[in-house]
Formats: sequence, structure tokens, C-alpha cells
Amino acid sequence: MKRLLPFSATAALLIVWFLAAHRQVSGLFPDPLQVLKGLLELLRRGLLAKYVVASLFRVTWGYSLAVVTAIPLGLLLGWYKRGERALNPLLQLLRPISPLAWIPISILWFGVGDVAAIFLIFLASFLPLTAAAMNAVRNVPPTLLRAGRNFGLSNPRLLVDVILPAALPQLIVALRISLGVAWLVVVAAEMIAVNSGLGFLIVDARNAGNRYDLVVAGMVMIGLIGLVLDLGMQQLEKMKALKWGYGS
Amino acid sequence: MTPPPKVSIRGLSMRFPTDGSVIEVLSSIDLEVKDGELVCILGPSGCGKSTLLNIVGGFLKATSGAVLIDEQEVAGPDPRRIFVFQERGVFPWLTVEGNVGFGLFRLGAAERAERIAYYVKLVGLSGFENAYPQELSGGMKQRLEVARALAVNPDVLFLDEPFGALDSITRLVMRSELLRIRRAEKKTILFVTHDIDESVQLADRVVVMSTRPATIRRIVEIDMSHPRDLSSPRYIALRDLLLGEIGLAHKI
Repeated sequence: MKRLLPFSATAALLIVWFLAAHRQVSGLFPDPLQVLKGLLELLRRGLLAKYVVASLFRVTWGYSLAVVTAIPLGLLLGWYKRGERALNPLLQLLRPISPLAWIPISILWFGVGDVAAIFLIFLASFLPLTAAAMNAVRNVPPTLLRAGRNFGLSNPRLLVDVILPAALPQLIVALRISLGVAWLVVVAAEMIAVNSGLGFLIVDARNAGNRYDLVVAGMVMIGLIGLVLDLGMQQLEKMKALKWGYGS
Repeated sequence: MTPPPKVSIRGLSMRFPTDGSVIEVLSSIDLEVKDGELVCILGPSGCGKSTLLNIVGGFLKATSGAVLIDEQEVAGPDPRRIFVFQERGVFPWLTVEGNVGFGLFRLGAAERAERIAYYVKLVGLSGFENAYPQELSGGMKQRLEVARALAVNPDVLFLDEPFGALDSITRLVMRSELLRIRRAEKKTILFVTHDIDESVQLADRVVVMSTRPATIRRIVEIDMSHPRDLSSPRYIALRDLLLGEIGLAHKI
């Protein structure tokens, strides 16, 4: 019974959904079985694998570029107070702008295609990651910094051997959250800036003959992949060298 | 000819500007510590004794006066002189071995491993080499920090109320551990505490500080050999003397 509990709400939703779909007037809204058939149809036509790969490809690039640039930048800004004071107002100004507001500009700069979508994902992850890395450095306990200095560590070594590991638990949380955001943004970007991927599938299925079974199939795939990505990031937090940072 | 003092504090004063006014924390402190001596700096909480230790350790710059160690002016923190904080100073992302070996990055792998093994054993953490600090008790974390400090073979140790966060039984055990380690590794030790008993149990000399601005009220020599009998008349006399100096009555 206990093992079934996590599935109970999903099961209830499926039942309600099934019943509701059979009471509607328009007949456009698909029931769960039709969605399953839609998924199988996409699988058979080879579109499912193609679109999933396309979306993951864009997220991988945009997110990875953001991680390798934002984390070092954020750590340095947190460390050199002057840099932070110079750049922080700009970061705070840019952060409230939804990544989606950048869609027209990214198409203007990069044209319709992968690069535009990757740019949007990059933006969506870069700003919060930079801010998080900056904060994480500021929260490093001063005793640990002093201990590092006492043992004669140079500044670069202090950054790598004390500040980075001390900030890592907080950084991992930020990485997890921003990967979630990146996955949200890729769908939106694909609806407008490209013609492949799960976001494109959803828009295309509606436009090309109101195939709402495929629309919902796309949504289900997005949910499942997002869940898998998040579970993967959660595993990182269980590492012994990181666990100390999350309380007990 | 007497040898030069290991640590020499000369006319040290410290003032902190706060909004509008200036707070004087330390006022013309003069103190000399001999090589291998264990000196306790005793004073009420907030009197500025930690500030004094931080200046001697090179983490803070005094407003005026100077600190000399081996006749050289202290300009900043130095691996020859290690500061031990209340257990919070251990690196939580490193194992016991990783922490003890932290300051040994200039050594080769073999010598590093040998030193780690030696100091892990010295502080009684054998069997916990691969444990993380969160898996250790408070007393064990404190030993770990002492081991990490000793591993780089410093000649001076600064201990800032190192046992303050421990329960009273562990604290007693840690004091005798410190004295045992001190017999094995002759170091000059500056030990800040607000615990009168602690200072009488450990110190060769006790430096009694006044409240703010802190000055040295008196320096009391603890003329007892180790191990010290905590119920001997001499121990009680010295404790009462210090109680009087701190300005507390003998009865509660």
C-alpha cells in the first residue's frame, strides 16, 4: 500500500481525465489512451527520438556553456568585491527580464535555428547561476578562509581548495534549479525559433490539424524528461563530500 | 645571556571605528612569551582577548604597537604559526585524512602519508581516517583541528577558546590530551580562555586581562608541575587568586 501511495494522485488524475474526455462536446480533447497511441505513433514515425534528441542537444549546449562561464565568473565576482560592485547592478537589471522576452532579439541576431534556441537557454541559466555563485562565495564561513590562508595558500589555490568546495553545496542547488529552468525555456524557444524538438512538436501538432493527442504526448515527454534530469541532479546532493552543506 | 623571547608584544593598542565614535579594545599591551611556554590569556567574554590573539596571529592589524615573533615583525598569517578555532575550522568536505594533510601540499606523497598517519594516531583518531567531520563528535572534530595544525610542524600554536563548545567532561579530557600532545611536540602555545580552572590546569603563566579597553591586570605564574592535583591547596589558592583578579567573589 505504501509503495502505491506516490502513484495514487497520478492514477486519480488519469481516471478523472479519462471520464472528462468522454463527456466533452467538441471531441478535440484526447483521453489518456489516445495520447498513448499518439506517443506510439510518434515512436513509429521516428519523430519522438528525433525531437527528444533535438531538445536535449540544445539544452546540453546552452546549459553547459552557461555553467562553464557563469560559475567561474560568479566565484571571481564574489571574491573580488569591486568586481561585484561594478557588475551586480547590471545583473540585477537583466535578471527580471524573462528569457522569453529575448526571443525576437535572438532570432534577429542568430536567425531561426539551433543557435537562437541555445542562446536563449544560455541566457536563462547564465544569470541565475552567476548570482548564485556570487552568493555562495559570500556565504563561505570566514573561519574556513582564514584557516586556508593560515596554511599559506595563494589566492588561486584558496579559490580552488577552499572557496569552491565550501560553495559547492549551494552551487549544486543552483545548478539543479537552473537546469529545470533551461528545460522550461527550451520548449518555449522551440515553439518559435526552430522547427524541431518537443516544443515544436506541440505547436506543429496543433497547427497541422488539431492533433491534440500529439500535443499532450509532447507535454508528457517534457514532464518525464524533466523529472529524469532533476532526479539525476538530486543524486549529486547525496555525495558525501557535499552532504554537510544540506543540514541533516 | 637569556635567549630572546619567542613572541614579543610591544605597546599594542587596537581601536575600532564604529558609527560616530571609536571603541578602544586593547590598550598598550606588553607581553613576552618564552620558547616552549604555554601562556593562557584569561579574561571575561568580549574583553578583547580574541582580538589580541588575532593580531598576534597576523589576521588583524593593530592600530599601534608591534608583534615580533623570533624577532621578526608579524606581517600576516604564516604556516609556521597555526591558529586553532573552536572545531568550526575543520573543512567539512574533506575526510579526517584530507583535513590533516591539508597544509602538507608542498610535500611528496610518501612523506605526506607518513605525517598524516602519525598525527591521526597522536590525537587518537585512528580508525576514523576516512570519516567526514559531520560523522565525528565535537571533541573528535577538535582533535582533528589540532592534528591538522600540528601536521605542518608549526612552532607556535594559537588556541582561541578551543574547548569552549564542548561539554564539561570532554573538556577535561581534551585538556589532558593537550598536555600529553605538548609533551610529545614542544610548541609555544598562546591559549585564550574565559575559564579560570582551564587556565590553572594548563598554563605555565596566566595573563589576566581587564574589561574593555583590555589591559594586562596581572601575570600569575602557575608554579605547579604536571600532572596537577586539582584538589591540592596550591591549586585552590591559585584559582582563588585568579578569581579575585577577575573581580569575582569566592562564593555564589
